[in-house]
Amino acid sequence: MSIDGRLPQRQLSQASLGSRRGAVMAFSEADTCLDIQGLSLAYAGKPALKDLTLRIPRHRVTAFIGPSGCGKSTLLRALNRLHDLNEDVSRRGSIYLDGHDIHDSRVAVSELRRRVGMVFQAPNPFPMSIYDNVAFGLRLQGGLSKRRIDDVVEWALKSAALWEEVKGRLRASAWSLSGGQQQRLVIARTLAVEPEVLLLDEPASALDPISTLKIEELIRTLKPHLTLVLVTHNMQQAARVSDYTAFLHNGELVEYGPTDTLFTHPRLRRTENYITGRMVG
Amino acid sequence: MKIPGHTAVGSKTLRRPHEGPWAWLAAASVALSVLMLGALIVLLSVKGLANFWPSTLHEVILDDGDTVIGVPFEQRTLPGGEGVERRYWIANRDDGGGIWRWLSVPRLASDQTPDDLVVLERRHWGTFFGRLVAVRLEGERLTGEAAWLAMEQRLKELDALRQARQQLTRDDILPLIRRMEREPSSSETQHRLDDRQLQALQARAKELRRLQQGGVLVLENSQGQRQEQPLEEVLDAWRPNAMAWYEKLGHWGGELWQFLSEGPRDANTAGGVWPAIFGTILMVLLMSVLVTPFGVLAAVYLNEVAHQGRLTRLVRIGVRNLAGVPSIVYGVFGLGVFVYGIGGSIDRWFFDSSLPSPTFGTGGLLWASLTLALLTLPVVIVATEEGLSRIPLHQREGALALGATRFETLTRVVLPMAMPAMLTGLILAVARAAGEVAPLMLVGVAKLAPQVPVDGEFPFLHLERKFMHLGYHIYDAAFHSSDVQAAMPLVYATALLLVVVILVLNLTAIFMRHYLRKRHGAPVRR
Repeated sequence: MSIDGRLPQRQLSQASLGSRRGAVMAFSEADTCLDIQGLSLAYAGKPALKDLTLRIPRHRVTAFIGPSGCGKSTLLRALNRLHDLNEDVSRRGSIYLDGHDIHDSRVAVSELRRRVGMVFQAPNPFPMSIYDNVAFGLRLQGGLSKRRIDDVVEWALKSAALWEEVKGRLRASAWSLSGGQQQRLVIARTLAVEPEVLLLDEPASALDPISTLKIEELIRTLKPHLTLVLVTHNMQQAARVSDYTAFLHNGELVEYGPTDTLFTHPRLRRTENYITGRMVG
Repeated sequence: MKIPGHTAVGSKTLRRPHEGPWAWLAAASVALSVLMLGALIVLLSVKGLANFWPSTLHEVILDDGDTVIGVPFEQRTLPGGEGVERRYWIANRDDGGGIWRWLSVPRLASDQTPDDLVVLERRHWGTFFGRLVAVRLEGERLTGEAAWLAMEQRLKELDALRQARQQLTRDDILPLIRRMEREPSSSETQHRLDDRQLQALQARAKELRRLQQGGVLVLENSQGQRQEQPLEEVLDAWRPNAMAWYEKLGHWGGELWQFLSEGPRDANTAGGVWPAIFGTILMVLLMSVLVTPFGVLAAVYLNEVAHQGRLTRLVRIGVRNLAGVPSIVYGVFGLGVFVYGIGGSIDRWFFDSSLPSPTFGTGGLLWASLTLALLTLPVVIVATEEGLSRIPLHQREGALALGATRFETLTRVVLPMAMPAMLTGLILAVARAAGEVAPLMLVGVAKLAPQVPVDGEFPFLHLERKFMHLGYHIYDAAFHSSDVQAAMPLVYATALLLVVVILVLNLTAIFMRHYLRKRHGAPVRR
């Protein structure tokens, strides 16, 4: 996703949404953005992910669903190596981003995290002004002119559908915004560093229904430009916004496929039980 | 708000009988604390500030004809009901006796407050109570009201001369002498030049001193005995009984200002405390500058960098326990390590020429500040660590997810957010350091150091000099002065001042914290 002259609104019309229905994992090797190969993860010796293998398609929304503690958030955090901070975590297997192993010693973790942005469950704007929040990632890169930063901040806020609400008070504290606005600000902040992948960890679970709708709309708007990975508790949400859905249970990948297929014709009884609410999460 | 038809359900007060005692007990302890605090401030204010008020002079004649001029101080009933005694401050130490006198109240034949009674504040022998008979000035002898006016005029002149001379000494003579001492090996011509300049300056000082001389007061004490008083020894004179209330108020303000702005006199029992105020504030500021970076860095290491294992826990417990070590222990450490160890080495390396008289190898401002920084280090570390650990994980993760390194996360998100906690630590440190006296006695405080450690001479801030401190001044005046009773009002005033200074220092830090909190937004409650 790039900012130069390509605002999301313009590209939305070009997005081809029609081909989704027929796709039974019908994306090629070249369309794979993230390739997870035999990934196992353990917290302090306790296994959290067990030998997962799945491919996440480029410029699509992939949802991870499953009961609490199934490992879906753990998997998400593995994708931008946030687990590196925890000394108790051990890992086996590999993750490839555009064919490159993200655990390669030549990969700078900070660069990886810039390319694979993340939005958390609770909105976490920094205690600074709205403008400074969005400019935070840009300033880390350094060497950008004041005007360039201004442009990118405006573009990012527009992309996150927040510009109209905050354009008059960019210098106000980010903490003065409502929860929904804060979450969109966090998305704008992440978009400002032009990531290729956006990880969303239950981004709407702390928000009211209207804010949730706005976030979902935003996800749809961003899809043509970004690979999105969404963790959610909300089955309807997964059905509404995602193209592919992976169902995880007890750290295992139970079923993975196009969202329509998974929700209408689940192959396994376990999946069906979960999505129809018979399995208590 | 009352709504018609509704009855109140909830109540904050405890109503049922068995709940009462706990509430009362809690309320009583709060009330007691507030009362004691209030009593302390009121006592200090009343006793301290009343000292500067020009109190009425009484002329008392006893039944045997003995006359006493003085200020009544306190009254007590003798044991066994044998009458009442009143204590008068009669001043006039040069009359041979003490400055206090107990008089039996029933023996007082008359008690008057004549307008012509005079109070003189003198450089030697303290205060004088009595009457002004005449002034001899430049061959003239003036009596009556003319004498008073001439004396007031001359006192103003003397004050100006005294200040001019002080300024000359402080700004010209002392710096020159210090420079000559520091550079004894400079060239012969330079040396001669300096010598000549010094002689010229000293001649000018002598001239100023000569101009102050001349002028004699003829005074009469309560017994009617005459005595002569050189006018240049008199610092101030007033007739309290003849003053209107607004004149008294003006006099009170003037005295208070002198107390705040001048150096001490008479072995610290009179005069002002300016060098002590300055020394206290400067030392606390220096300590803050020293302790903050150390404390913050240590807390960052313990909380952010170190592996959270047994060793880190042990270090943390150790740091917390250091806060409880008696301050005199730090004083001994400072004396041994800073003054003798480091200071002695500095002297050997850099000030070899002035040995054996020590430069840094003796107590001084730097070593006192360092010792206090060490003393308050645990407080800053603990407060900062608490602030750091309170910062939610998702704030750090937010920064990391944007591609910030751990260092960038620390400097751009974590530390700014922990700033209020650091300032809280600093506030606690200042509160503790400003009131410490015991360690300072070992590492640099002086009974008398009228020169403040900042002046116009390079390097402007003289870290090696000894300094005065309000806390030590209180101790010295209360226990080491020749007349503890006489010094008591000054002790109260100084104690009040110390409390005010600490309050001001703390308020500054609190306002800074408030400002930072506002700048970084109000904390979100989740």
